[in-house]
Amino acid sequence: MANVRVAIIAEPLDITTEIERVTAGRGDIGAVVTFTGLCRDEDGRLEALELEHYPGMAENEVRRIAEQAAGRWEISDITVLHRHGKVRPGETIVLVVTASKHRHAAFESAEFVMDFLKTHAPFWKKEHTAAGAVSWVSARQSDDDAEERWNTPD
Amino acid sequence: MKLVYFAWVRERIGMAEETVEPPRNVETVQDLLGWLRTRGDAYDFALGESATIRVALDHDHADHDASLAGVREVALFPPMTGG
Repeated sequence: MANVRVAIIAEPLDITTEIERVTAGRGDIGAVVTFTGLCRDEDGRLEALELEHYPGMAENEVRRIAEQAAGRWEISDITVLHRHGKVRPGETIVLVVTASKHRHAAFESAEFVMDFLKTHAPFWKKEHTAAGAVSWVSARQSDDDAEERWNTPD
Repeated sequence: MKLVYFAWVRERIGMAEETVEPPRNVETVQDLLGWLRTRGDAYDFALGESATIRVALDHDHADHDASLAGVREVALFPPMTGG
């Protein structure tokens, strides 16, 4: 079973540290895939995103998704880190790192985690615009569709 | 039973959590949503589009027809937008 590391944190994420954590002192890893989800400024309109989460459930749910990925693909490590609180444009919201002997398992497991995170992890985004307006981001049907493809047999 | 609210559900109801004792005929999530809506305009505004409301029972996602028997914490929230 893969090493699973999951955290919901308020501090900025550092991708280099997370890759080193997975690969340090190991000769058996042939592929590391990382996904970094960043806060966009929406053409200068957005000042920040505020991420609300359900403490207790959010960590459990992200761990459950990561463990599902670990059970489905041959990966040695999976790291999923998600921010909460205020995130500024250019900062990382979510970071997924998967490591495997071979690239396909690393790619696919990272994608699987992101698709389920979008629809199952209890986080909500609120936009703060430069003009001072505040509004909740709506869920997207395309995220549900992205998740659905994993439910059909490979 | 503890109720916890998130995002615009929390804002519309005007509080993050509360403890309630629903009447005995409230057996499912659907029943609970219906009963909460009778408690005032804020609840009706928050939970009116009930098909939109997502539910977790003791930290696990659940459908609206799920039973509340033995459940300690019910979370009500809009569709998630993380990642």
